[in-house]
Amino acid sequence: MTWVQACKLTDIEQEGAIRFDHGGRTYAIYRAPDDSVYCTAGLCTHEAIHLAEGLVMDFEVECPKHSGAFDYRTGEALRLPACENLKTYPAEVIDGEVRVALG
Amino acid sequence: MDDIVIIGAGEAGTRAAFATREAGFSGAVTLIGTEPHLPYERPPLSKPLGGAVQMKTICTSEALEAAGIAYHQGLAAIRIDAAPRSIALSDGRALPYGKLLLATGAQTRRLACPGAERTLDFRTYRDAATLFSRAETGGPVAIIGGGLIGMELAAVLRGKGIAVSIIEAAPRPLGRAVPPRFAERLHARHREEGVHFHLGLGIAEITPDAVMLADGSRVPAGTVISAIGVLPDITLAERAGLATANGILTDSFLRTSDPHIFAAGDCAAVSQPGGRAIRFESWRNARSQAETAARNMTGTREAFAALPWFWSDQYDLGLQVAGLPQPGHQSILRPVAGGELEFYLADGRLVAAAGLGTGNAVAKDVKLAEMLIAAGIRPDLSALADPAVNLKALLKSARAA
Repeated sequence: MTWVQACKLTDIEQEGAIRFDHGGRTYAIYRAPDDSVYCTAGLCTHEAIHLAEGLVMDFEVECPKHSGAFDYRTGEALRLPACENLKTYPAEVIDGEVRVALG
Repeated sequence: MDDIVIIGAGEAGTRAAFATREAGFSGAVTLIGTEPHLPYERPPLSKPLGGAVQMKTICTSEALEAAGIAYHQGLAAIRIDAAPRSIALSDGRALPYGKLLLATGAQTRRLACPGAERTLDFRTYRDAATLFSRAETGGPVAIIGGGLIGMELAAVLRGKGIAVSIIEAAPRPLGRAVPPRFAERLHARHREEGVHFHLGLGIAEITPDAVMLADGSRVPAGTVISAIGVLPDITLAERAGLATANGILTDSFLRTSDPHIFAAGDCAAVSQPGGRAIRFESWRNARSQAETAARNMTGTREAFAALPWFWSDQYDLGLQVAGLPQPGHQSILRPVAGGELEFYLADGRLVAAAGLGTGNAVAKDVKLAEMLIAAGIRPDLSALADPAVNLKALLKSARAA
């Protein structure tokens, strides 16, 4: 498992997400209402739309185009048209720096 | 006999078929579609990837099978016999039903001028495949109709470097569904991209190499696309004696004038609290009406109340509209990063919102606006206009109140 420095916690709005591109792939990193962080694959499993542009409410992210929704902690698809779960990656905050394990 | 038959295998019909199972229905479900493919999504048709038209199926045949949905493709329903509750199919069979869903959709309106047969329609996968193969080699393209489909196609064709003209009978493009501020922005963007507009003019004739306008001017075109809107497919319903107008009339439970027959999607004109019947032509509406109809056909009694919502992508701009903005509404502008939002109020209550911005820049805020509308808020106008006031915080305080 390779840990990658992604951003500062303060780069992400609380109850929000940012897009993170690394190694030719795209990810979404979330800052939950309790300031814990999570990382998932960046694109919705229904169509290639960046989830970080979608609305984050509690522990849910909604695709900005078709309103499919996922629990970003587990990647579980919660609402159609998304039916395939999102891949998730370990994420943590150390001294205000967010790092994710993408390996 | 409680079997469910669904006529029309577009977004609404297909979604309804699966939704009957999600509602716990265990009887037979039959889905009938005239096109010779698995059910597919129409929005991607206008967005070819690398030149090839996308056939994005709504579901796999395995998923249909797993849900116990009998799907008949390339088959048409030619008659409804409402008294014995049976439909006649184009292959000569009769199919009895307990509940019937009409999800027949809409068909493109046809031009009536001389040479109209030379134009291409844009509705089905086949239409899209024909258009994009012709447009690559067929010289300049003229699009008749400056609505959402015409403007989206213009953007895609300009992206391929093809010369495009838009001919629109109204004085402005996008006059029907898009709030004026954003219609103007999109119009300006198309002009910057080199689209030629011919507005406020009728068509005299379509010749093999041009569109002749009513004022005598000539718009050269090797390919002419007709994008003047759609008409609901109500033929079966009319012949069966169901109440129709601009669509198959339903009550708020999506029931037609026959209590065993429901309608959903582009073909359905749904009774509104004010007494009017409204037909919505959008992807999300097709899905949400399908879900309500499926639940009601399987025994619940749920009024359809979803807020209309649609999006349109043109060049790198994304438009989203929630609710039905009207000229009489009070409008409040709010700048946001990468775009603009407009809120619409009626008697102080938030009833609609729209946004235009780069990519999906306005998506989050339009979604929040939709939730604010659903919460029935009467917002403070200066808060709405102020980008520093977080809409999520407004929503949370509205929900807490």
